[in-house]
Amino acid sequence: MSPVNAVLRRELRSYFVTPVAYVFLVIFLVLAGILTFYVGDFYERGQADLQPFFVMHPWLYLILVPAITMRMWAEEAKGGTLELLLTLPLTLWQAMLGKFLAAWLFIGLALALTFPIWITVNYLGAPDNGVILAGYLGSWLMAGTFIAIGACLSALTRSQVVAFILTALVCVLLILVGQPQVLDFFQGALPRRMINAVAHLSMLRHFEAISRGVLDLHDLLYFLLSMTGWLLAGVLMLDLKRTR
Amino acid sequence: MIETDQLTRCYGNLTAVDALTIRVEPGQVLGLLGPNGAGKSTAMRMISGFLMPTSGTARVCGHDVGREPLKAKRALGYLPEGAPSYGEMTVQEFLHFIVRMRGFKADLGYRRFHAVVQQLQLEDVLGVCIENLSKGLRRRVGLAQAILHDPPVLMLDEPTDGLDPNQKHAVRQLIDVMARDRTILISTHLLEEVHALCNRVVIIARGKLLADATPAELEARSRYHGAVSFSAPGSGMSQEMLGRLPQVAAIEVDPLDGRITVFPKAGERILDAVETLLREQGLEVSEIQLERGRLDEVFRQITTGTHGGIPAEGVRA
Repeated sequence: MSPVNAVLRRELRSYFVTPVAYVFLVIFLVLAGILTFYVGDFYERGQADLQPFFVMHPWLYLILVPAITMRMWAEEAKGGTLELLLTLPLTLWQAMLGKFLAAWLFIGLALALTFPIWITVNYLGAPDNGVILAGYLGSWLMAGTFIAIGACLSALTRSQVVAFILTALVCVLLILVGQPQVLDFFQGALPRRMINAVAHLSMLRHFEAISRGVLDLHDLLYFLLSMTGWLLAGVLMLDLKRTR
Repeated sequence: MIETDQLTRCYGNLTAVDALTIRVEPGQVLGLLGPNGAGKSTAMRMISGFLMPTSGTARVCGHDVGREPLKAKRALGYLPEGAPSYGEMTVQEFLHFIVRMRGFKADLGYRRFHAVVQQLQLEDVLGVCIENLSKGLRRRVGLAQAILHDPPVLMLDEPTDGLDPNQKHAVRQLIDVMARDRTILISTHLLEEVHALCNRVVIIARGKLLADATPAELEARSRYHGAVSFSAPGSGMSQEMLGRLPQVAAIEVDPLDGRITVFPKAGERILDAVETLLREQGLEVSEIQLERGRLDEVFRQITTGTHGGIPAEGVRA
């Protein structure tokens, strides 16, 4: 697995030598703070938990994850380094995995840096830290799914802007698809089973389940399978580009 | 060893590479020559495994690029067109990345790293970001990347493009040294490079193989092969005399500097006859030269399908 490791290290380093990493971290932390306190009514709820913090994460990722993933393949295709990378002895799958893991670890770092809010809530009251841990896990899994989507769609194009917009679009669809308003819209048009199936695709539903502290295999599988599926699609996309 | 068999690549209606079959053996330096857009880079991209052929196969050291891509890639050192590399990395970081990608153990990787840094004279720029390097230095970094794992097969897409004459010389020496027991395929549109480097030339245009020969054989196809040229003031009379020599096919006078070129009939040698005649005429000849043939003319002739230029001012015998 040495090539995966080499790609991962190169990617992570490239985040930190360009301002990308710092800009991302600052914006992520500032936004997470603002949203939690002002929009999520962290104090006013009077409850010692991090629900108002986690509930904002899908929307944060919606903007910030495509910004991380848009360059993943599009930049390499445009700069010609794709030819260099793919003629080195590694499989497409290893290249994809290396890049994905780098981004996922990076988001993991961003999440870890939100620890002051965890300290705050522990200082203010006596929250259930197990639930909070589950919330972090759910958030990280959701970020991974967003990244996998972005990795796949970045492989589709040479334009980072196109990659950004497509990724944000797919992600917002996956967030919204389980909302009652959307489901109501389909109520008459689709059979009940279909609507249930559509509702199960919703990222929010699975994320909320995990962040309530309920670690159901069903929800974990949803995220793991989504990631695998999108990454696989991305690999196919790269492979297809070689024949086109 | 590089072998391609009926290698073909189409982009929509355009056939970029058309049933290309070549075989390059160890010890050979094959120059892939062709005008821009001839399909040189596309052919190399297929051999490197970056592009899939529409049909046909390519093998590197016996490994089919489509079926055993990793084995083929391990045997191959490849410099893609334009020598792409990660601009935000320093030279050292980039080469360390390649060391890791090539799966070297720490000490051997360290030794290979130092060997290529020395070979390509990169010591002074190790800490510099690649995007801040000159075009020539970037190319050398690309070359370092290609030869880092000491591959049995080297494929270089325009290796000396953008280098100054001294750097070109250095790169050519490097390729010369490496050529002894390796298979080397280089693409170029510099004809001087063919002379300096290659012991075999393949000319392609519009994706098709048009010639496969040694540089000397190609030169022999030139109209200038065996021609004698000289400069002599006041040689008007002798032109007519030269034209009467039985071995001479044509005479050309360069309109700019008045240099006279005498073309032999096929298979004839004319140097002695011309020299004798000039001596008899008592002409002061400042310098006389036997031409080997002009590759650029042969190249034009082969790739455009026309015969190289009508004499501008010629006396046909």
